[in-house]
Amino acid sequence: MNRVMPMRLLAGRLLDLAFVLFGVSVIVFMMIRMIPGDAVAIMLGANTEITPERIAELESRIGLDKPILTQYFSWIGGVLRGDLGTSLWTGRPVAEEIGANIWPTLELTFLSVLVGAGCAIPIGCFMAEARGKTAEILVRIGAIAGLTIPSFWLGIVSLFLVARFMPGAASLGYVPFSEDPIGNLQRMILPVFALSLPMLANLSRLVRSAMLDAMGQDYIRTAKSKGASRWRVVYLHALRNALIPFITSVGFATGYLLGGAIVIEQVFAIPGLGQLVLGAISERNYPLIQSAILVLTFSFVFVNFLVDILYSLIDPRVVQR
Amino acid sequence: MIETLKGDKLLSFALIFVILQLALAVFAPVIAGDPFEQVIMARMQGPSFAHFLGTDQLGRDVFARILFGYRTSLITCGIAVLMALMIGGTLGMMAAYYRGWFDRIIMRVMDILFAFPIILLAIGIIAVLGPNALSASIAIAVVYVPIFARLLRGPSLVICESEYIRGAHAIGASDARIVFMHLLPNLASVILVQTSLLLSAAILVEASLSFLGLGSQPPTPSLGLMLSEGRNFLLLNPWPAVFSGFAILFLSFGFNLLGDGLRDTLDPRLLKNTDRRNSAQA
Repeated sequence: MNRVMPMRLLAGRLLDLAFVLFGVSVIVFMMIRMIPGDAVAIMLGANTEITPERIAELESRIGLDKPILTQYFSWIGGVLRGDLGTSLWTGRPVAEEIGANIWPTLELTFLSVLVGAGCAIPIGCFMAEARGKTAEILVRIGAIAGLTIPSFWLGIVSLFLVARFMPGAASLGYVPFSEDPIGNLQRMILPVFALSLPMLANLSRLVRSAMLDAMGQDYIRTAKSKGASRWRVVYLHALRNALIPFITSVGFATGYLLGGAIVIEQVFAIPGLGQLVLGAISERNYPLIQSAILVLTFSFVFVNFLVDILYSLIDPRVVQR
Repeated sequence: MIETLKGDKLLSFALIFVILQLALAVFAPVIAGDPFEQVIMARMQGPSFAHFLGTDQLGRDVFARILFGYRTSLITCGIAVLMALMIGGTLGMMAAYYRGWFDRIIMRVMDILFAFPIILLAIGIIAVLGPNALSASIAIAVVYVPIFARLLRGPSLVICESEYIRGAHAIGASDARIVFMHLLPNLASVILVQTSLLLSAAILVEASLSFLGLGSQPPTPSLGLMLSEGRNFLLLNPWPAVFSGFAILFLSFGFNLLGDGLRDTLDPRLLKNTDRRNSAQA
């Protein structure tokens, strides 16, 4: 029984995954086609004379002259083979442009998740244990403030303070980790701080309430009455159960961070996907926008799919739902 | 109402804080000067008696621009959240009321919209509609539709099981009447709390979008835009960037605190059931 259920569960989840990915691809595909009429003329650019022949040429190059279903299937077929189309202005494959810009964004997101989620556990446990004390109330108000601080503002202010008081410190731009590990991490400190704070605030509140829930359960009382140490009760029994909702939220927070990273990159002049997407919007490079949104959303969906699977491995009760 | 407020200091504080900021936005023309007037001789000044919060790089009064920025922010986000509530809320209630295939189809579509990272979907929509305040409004609304649908579907499912809904059904009330006259009033507390919390998040999203140049365009007084303009003159004159950031923080903080306080005060039974995932992303 136990062996059969997870397989069926996995199949169901895979079906859900396929459906969501399909839906996302349809929306992204439709987006570019909903641009008001003169999109093709706009794509030709300001410096080109717009003639019907040129428009027809570009339309056939992007495939806009074919029926819409054909367009969708040839596009999605290309995506599945790793062909994301060609960038309108540089003529380079979009996959190449995204590949060149994705690493700073991934590193920023990964480090922020690590810091945000890592610090949220001890802070949340502290809040649950010190419930009602003045220190805990202060931390709680701090958590709401952390949640509502615009992270890009935090980035700007911290950048300003560093420029004022530590003018020598490298805080802008990006160097690959492989070239200069110390310089890389040094430049990541401020953006990661700015980006992870809202997540830290959110997750520590979640850990607090999950811990309070867990601490009220019967098995905690049992553990306490057996004479287990306070440390053991809190960290071995309560925390382990409190982590279950925590993990789902980390998955969702990752999506939030992917979006936030786009904004933070602008503040710290990091050449990541944010810069690529915003540049593409201002020069109306629609194939690039379309593919970048698709790639980022797909990765977000995959992260949540993995979290979901992980979740049902940790908590067998989920299977029975 | 007054009795509840007396007992709850945090909620009263939040309410006063929000009302104060709303008043500042509404009475902006009375309180502050012209947000567009440029006095080139008096640019990039720090706080003074003449200019309460200093002036920006074009010699415009920062205080006036922040108050009018409050207006821009509140109108953009207010319209967005209201649209999302009407569309998403109605879909969520109907999904819970009709159940079956209707529910499944609606919620599946919501799942798809929900799969996009918030800022990214907003950026995509703005790329299509062109960068301006209305596009930002629409983008935020689209992003929030699935969140409202999910938030209201859960409690609606519980309420639809209750006796009085069945009773209304039995005496032949129409579906629309049951949904809007019987179901909706019972969701008031959920709606109030979530609208406040989502408004708080929307203010941050709107500020991010206009910071990126994808929301209101210059010379509109907008908090995110002020921050992005002020950033270029940070070392010469940090005040516009600092103050506009505080303004965004206070506005968002006020609504978040209000939503949090309301959640504790109003019917906790239904609110507890709302999906954790949604609050995590918002």
